[in-house]
Amino acid sequence: MASLAPTFGRGAMTNHWVDIKNANVIVVMGGNAAEAHPCGFKWVTEAKAHNKATFIVIDPRFTRSAAMADMYVPLRTGTDIAFLGGVINYLLSHDKIQHEYVKAYTNASLIVGAGYKFDDGLFSGYDEPGRKYDRSSWAYEMGPDGYAKADPTLKHPRCVINLMMQHYSRYTPEAVSNITGTSKEQFLKVCEILASTSVPNRTTTFMYALGWTQHSVGSQMIRTAALVQLLLGNIGMPGGGINALRGHSNIQGLTDLGLLSNLLPGYLTLPNEKETDYKAYIDKRTLKPLRPNQFNYWSNYPKFHVSLMKSWWGDKATKENNWCYDYLPKLDVEYDIMRQFELMAQGKMNGYFCQGFNPLASLPNKKKLTDGLSKLKFLVVIDPLATDTSCFWENHGEYNDVDPSQIMTEVIRLPSSCFAEETGSLTNSGRWLQWHWKGQEPPGEAMDDAAIMANIFLRLRELYRKEGGAFPDPILNLTWPYKIPHAPSPEELAMEYNGKALADLTDPKDKTKVLIKAGQQVDGYGQLKDDGTTACGCWLFSGSYTEKGNMMARRDNSDPSGLGNTLNWAYSWPANRRILYNRASCDPTGKPWDPKRRLVWWDGAKWTGADVPDFKPDSAPSEGMSPFIMQPEGVGRLFALDKMAEGPFPEHYEPFETPIGTNPLHPKVVSNPAARVFKGDMEQFGKAKEFPYAGTTYRLTEHFHYWTKHTELSSIIQPQQFVEIGEELAKEKGIKAGDMVKVSSNRGYIKAKAVVTKRIKPLQADGKTIHHVGVPIHWGFKGIAKPGFLANTLTPVVGDANSQTPEFKSFLVNIEKA
Amino acid sequence: MQVTRRQFFKICAGGLGSSGLAMLGLMPGEALAEVRQFKLERSTETRNTCPYCSVSCGVLMYSYGDKAKNAKESIFHIEGDPDHPVNRGTLCPKGAGLLDFVHSPNRLKYPEVREPGSNEWKRISWDEAFDKVARLMKDDRDKNFIAKNAAGATVNRWTTTSFLAASASSNETGYITHKVLRPTGILAFDNQARV
Repeated sequence: MASLAPTFGRGAMTNHWVDIKNANVIVVMGGNAAEAHPCGFKWVTEAKAHNKATFIVIDPRFTRSAAMADMYVPLRTGTDIAFLGGVINYLLSHDKIQHEYVKAYTNASLIVGAGYKFDDGLFSGYDEPGRKYDRSSWAYEMGPDGYAKADPTLKHPRCVINLMMQHYSRYTPEAVSNITGTSKEQFLKVCEILASTSVPNRTTTFMYALGWTQHSVGSQMIRTAALVQLLLGNIGMPGGGINALRGHSNIQGLTDLGLLSNLLPGYLTLPNEKETDYKAYIDKRTLKPLRPNQFNYWSNYPKFHVSLMKSWWGDKATKENNWCYDYLPKLDVEYDIMRQFELMAQGKMNGYFCQGFNPLASLPNKKKLTDGLSKLKFLVVIDPLATDTSCFWENHGEYNDVDPSQIMTEVIRLPSSCFAEETGSLTNSGRWLQWHWKGQEPPGEAMDDAAIMANIFLRLRELYRKEGGAFPDPILNLTWPYKIPHAPSPEELAMEYNGKALADLTDPKDKTKVLIKAGQQVDGYGQLKDDGTTACGCWLFSGSYTEKGNMMARRDNSDPSGLGNTLNWAYSWPANRRILYNRASCDPTGKPWDPKRRLVWWDGAKWTGADVPDFKPDSAPSEGMSPFIMQPEGVGRLFALDKMAEGPFPEHYEPFETPIGTNPLHPKVVSNPAARVFKGDMEQFGKAKEFPYAGTTYRLTEHFHYWTKHTELSSIIQPQQFVEIGEELAKEKGIKAGDMVKVSSNRGYIKAKAVVTKRIKPLQADGKTIHHVGVPIHWGFKGIAKPGFLANTLTPVVGDANSQTPEFKSFLVNIEKA
Repeated sequence: MQVTRRQFFKICAGGLGSSGLAMLGLMPGEALAEVRQFKLERSTETRNTCPYCSVSCGVLMYSYGDKAKNAKESIFHIEGDPDHPVNRGTLCPKGAGLLDFVHSPNRLKYPEVREPGSNEWKRISWDEAFDKVARLMKDDRDKNFIAKNAAGATVNRWTTTSFLAASASSNETGYITHKVLRPTGILAFDNQARV
């Protein structure tokens, strides 16, 4: 998400599951959809069968997706930017780009300021001791009219497209092959196939998941693919897009709702501690257009923010008190999960809550996690299952070798309901909010999560009422309009995040006409106001529960266009649009690029079509408004400005534990120079001399993370922990299929059965033979499957510089017979 | 109207339950010699969504019980929803085993506490659990809340307690979780988006 929003404007899968059937070329890279998203993957086979699509899988392992592919291409783990950077170089140097699209819908023609540089692995503004960049030189050159300068002829040497060409000229097929271990022939074949979709009526779609995000350069891997797609004109098109396949069923929803250190619902952002002035906070986020005639949707930021504050603090939020600006905490640093555990290690964290989350298994370096949890005063676990985290203090022999008598953490475990025992909505990867219904009561005394949160809050509020204490106002004044205070209903909560009018809302064109009466649900976020007359808990979801009822509960699966958009099935944010940026599926005059896949179009008076236009509905093509309406310049960003931590163009950096020990592009800058590494964790990185093999973790179709080791069927069909190695490595190490092996990293070891396979082949990179060791993650010391080691015993504590997603896909291990 | 179980029992105790009790069908069952009936016929069908990956396949859950307030439903079968536009009735091996998640022997049934240095869980009531949690939160917050930073700016933050939110819980749960936590000033707040 940290890469898609800077590039296109929103951090989400651009298309949706069914739309994959419309693709001509499908690339699965940084993911394994056949294994991890099997029922969504059926749309790949549908595209192959009915749209004659070419399907390519690029992965270190011959995966279950690869088994279905027309072409399987191996590459060394962690080198995806090198590969895709090579594709960019190919497309630009062979002139295989969708010219009209690139010129009109990307920032190719915009001029970058003279201060921007890239030299020997580093961009301008690097602060070496701080491991971060001063990003101020990564900016457009501004004209006297306040807009970014552009050269429509693309001649100016600092036009984005020219800087891009220069940047990727180093990614020659030879350089790509040397870094990735992919043969030059295979690489070029992929380039040719992708290039075939640079014509207006053919599309490629990319599907990725944790195989891209879980790298220290994960966000930039995704961005490199996004650049390829912009050059090919494949964003906004049916059968195109960058399809982020999220892991959990509602990870998209939880992110949309802003349950992250620095966010508020709907991608509004918390202030940092330097933003002491409300007006400055709002002005900074109320973006000004960077090019003439742009929609620049974030200009509405104040409406969304004020409506949120009204939703939470009601009458207490007034213009005079800046809508309760002081009630919002101000950030000094970001408190992501890896920092949380770092603070625990330092003894600076006292309490910890895990709601349906098993961090002992999910975060890197189990030893550091156990040490951290052991230093807490209290740990509260809210979960339907007996998770490993809740039992971190239990001794389970070699699998969890701790001494309970030495662990002074008080652990409180609260049983919650599971999916089948609750009513509510989940947001799938394709942004559909789908309502579901409860089928039974939870077992024993288990309670649904919303009621647990409500009860905790009500008790806390009561204590503050009785005793006073530190700044109780935001707690005491929080709106609590629920009919049963200790059990808010899902309908009430959904209506609250949809938003309602607090005063009569009149038609802006005719003030005598009341559109929405006070107290009624708003139709969508277009009706929200910044004057305190509307309340809305999450503007992005506004439209999902209106006066017409619960739009998320709609179940009409009709698909009149045949493109698979099913507009009356559930509700898709934003505004029920199914394919994001769909204005870009038309040429600048408003006609679909592909007459066979007509998604939206300009009918002479308005935008209309088989999807809800992602555009200002009455803006005629002649007005020159561009399709990426969330961006102040209206176009897709090939050059990301200052939005990415490690540079405006993706650059290949090695994993922090690299098997080749250098970066062939710039040996002085080996790994991501802007990635955050805590003291102590840096020293824990291993070297190829001791740990010569490229370890990578992954998932199996029979299991879901660490839940299904508690379920019978999954524990029967995939009962025991194993690791996968290729035949060549097995022979070298004298390991036979079925042997117990010990896999170790600089942080610990696991033992598991060896699966010796033809699916992993050695690769030649930078003159070295690289063997991969595959480590499936699903076992642990709790559950009904055979006990196993938590795979994160092996993994290093370093994350992507933008999202702090841990580097689980590339690390160094050794392997020997146990 | 939303009525919790407890309230329902209160209503019954108040006398309104008599007609409901009549509907319980407390009549002697007829002993008939017949072939086994098709199980789904007397079941209730409920639409839900698979909680695992983000494909979010539609599922149909079949339970005993007719949704009467005093009947305890129990799910005995889960299958793919054939009307669902994405999964069209299919489920993967994980989804096909969803029933085993609902009825896993490792489901938690009661609030419990493990005291410092102890080697066992102790069952407690919800009242005790909520009081304990609220007290721990308040004591830590009151002690460590930062109203102003070194520069004297109002920052109103609480950084010594963290909260990790679930990513398979509903939007409604997510929303209320955010709504009740942010007013405490909590900043160490995260979800599974990163892993």
